[in-house]
Amino acid sequence: MTRSSPVLSLRGLTVDIPTRHGTLRPVDDVSWDIAKGEILGVVGESGAGKSMTGNAVIGLLDPPAHISGGEVLLEGQRIDNLPLREMRRIRGKRIGMVFQDPLTSLNPLLTVGDQLAETILRHLPVSESEARARAVRGLDEVGIPAAKDRMGAYPHEFSGGMRQRVVIALALCAEPTLLIADEPTTALDVSVQAQIIALLKRLCRERGMAAMLVTHDMGVIAETADRVAVMYAGRLAEIGPVAQIVGSPRHPYTDGLMASTPAASAGQARLRQIPGNMPRLTRLPAGCAFHPRCPRAQDVCRHDPGPKVGVADARAACFFPIESEEDAA
Amino acid sequence: MSDRPLVSIKGLTRVFDVSKPWLNRVIERLPKRFLTAVSDVSFDIPARTTYALVGESGSGKSTIGKMVVGLLPPSEGHVTIEGVDLATEKDPAVIDRIRTDIQMIFQDPFASLNPRWKVRDIITEPVGARGGDTRGLAERLLEQVGLSAEDAGKYPHQFSGGQRQRLCVARALASEPKLIVCDEPTSALDVSVQAQVLNLMTDLKEEHGLTYLFISHDLTVVRHMADRIGVLYLGRLVEEAAPEDLFTRPAHPYTAMLIDAAPKLDAFGREVIPPEGEIPDPIDPPKGCAFHPRCPLAIDRCTAVRPKLEPFGAGRVACHRAGEITLENAA
Repeated sequence: MTRSSPVLSLRGLTVDIPTRHGTLRPVDDVSWDIAKGEILGVVGESGAGKSMTGNAVIGLLDPPAHISGGEVLLEGQRIDNLPLREMRRIRGKRIGMVFQDPLTSLNPLLTVGDQLAETILRHLPVSESEARARAVRGLDEVGIPAAKDRMGAYPHEFSGGMRQRVVIALALCAEPTLLIADEPTTALDVSVQAQIIALLKRLCRERGMAAMLVTHDMGVIAETADRVAVMYAGRLAEIGPVAQIVGSPRHPYTDGLMASTPAASAGQARLRQIPGNMPRLTRLPAGCAFHPRCPRAQDVCRHDPGPKVGVADARAACFFPIESEEDAA
Repeated sequence: MSDRPLVSIKGLTRVFDVSKPWLNRVIERLPKRFLTAVSDVSFDIPARTTYALVGESGSGKSTIGKMVVGLLPPSEGHVTIEGVDLATEKDPAVIDRIRTDIQMIFQDPFASLNPRWKVRDIITEPVGARGGDTRGLAERLLEQVGLSAEDAGKYPHQFSGGQRQRLCVARALASEPKLIVCDEPTSALDVSVQAQVLNLMTDLKEEHGLTYLFISHDLTVVRHMADRIGVLYLGRLVEEAAPEDLFTRPAHPYTAMLIDAAPKLDAFGREVIPPEGEIPDPIDPPKGCAFHPRCPLAIDRCTAVRPKLEPFGAGRVACHRAGEITLENAA
């Protein structure tokens, strides 16, 4: 490891869901590190396992889903095998969470001030009045105007963008070292989305907080993330710096994903499309899960899942990665 | 019907009564409250073209779509399709004929298909309900939208999101419509699936000579699909232009703001100066130009006089300082 010790390390994280029809594996042998102050974007289509990975990290998997292999390390400490009570202390304090829908992440019966103060009191050894003062500062930091007056307002009195700011303030109020944001801007309008993205970037930079940003929107990833992890059918397809992933993708899936965004084929009558659909977990193809849709697939892809990525230098989990011009030179 | 546009919309307005129940109004002495969702919107859609309406939530784009298909009556103004205004037309035979020419595709393919019906029944209903011949129709349409004929005997839950949206497209095509109103047809889909559905819609437009009213909040999708784009803000059309003009030389500051705010693929590490503020309360919109509180170019006149939608270049724009805005990050 050349980087100083990472905030979050996944080592072969695997999640299983036992069902009557056999065991499903929504997350399969995923490894990556997130350094201090770094934003790792996790992209993939629905069913790729990106949210499930986030939930596994914070220990919020819905039974019968469970971690069946690998390790989750937070600042070097293993957290995937902690008892529930200790995990609760980590959640909210050391790992903050922001979910897609700000309305369901807030309690509609409590004022935002009460919710913030409650969270601060639970995690930090401060007095009630200090907690409220910190809550005001938190709201102020995420850009809520007249924060002091808004402490007594209920979630329904805020607009969608302001509500998501409150959720972010709530996630950050105990000063976590890691933020997991699961589709934080998907429910928002573009102008508000730009505000939230700018806010997340500023907070990561100022606080040196690491963030795992889960989204399906390539544009958001390109603009926000330092590094990008691309997931497909539970596995890590490719990981690397954002400019490389977006600019010269190596895995054929990443390439197809980038090319199918309307922005990438501006001026063309047809969009490039990846044939077929993401396989269901119940019927995962053998070998590389992408091979039935892959233009570069050969015999070996049909029975061997391909090289591992995430920790060592390999960037794409593919036997026949796309070589960019710089590589060839 | 030579040069007559397929759809002609004139002064379309829709007001919703959002007052509290009358007892509360009496006790709390509250006045009635009205929300103007769509205000004085006029545009034409020539046959075989795609007209896109873009705007953020609350801009009235879906309300316009509903009025065009006749799901909502307009409060004022007219929607004329093939020269017939469905809201005032008396002859039931004419109404019936026009109605078969209009179909709609909705955003959520999970909510818009009846889970208890087989695919065959879902697709053939628009034809069967009018006593048309439905033999082999579902199978033929399924193959046209890239599914297989055997799928006709399945139920909606056996399909993925993208496949369901294909079913919605097949159903919309069943009555051989001329106009399809698509309300955010790909917003619920993943990008690779979105590309498949958009390509399908483009192909079908060519094959069947369809006209689309395409409603979306996604600028990149709109740029790809549309022949003409109307930008809505708070229920009013603020700008209308061809896609390339709109994206390279937006004339209205709101359009420029939308384009700048949209995330771009090639903009890693871009430091965006995010637009300020949010869409104001439509019950009590700002005086003058509704965009003036967020507008970088606003002058005194903007706070007092609402600009009219007037011709500008090859399009139309409603702004006192039209054309003075420049893009921060050229597209």
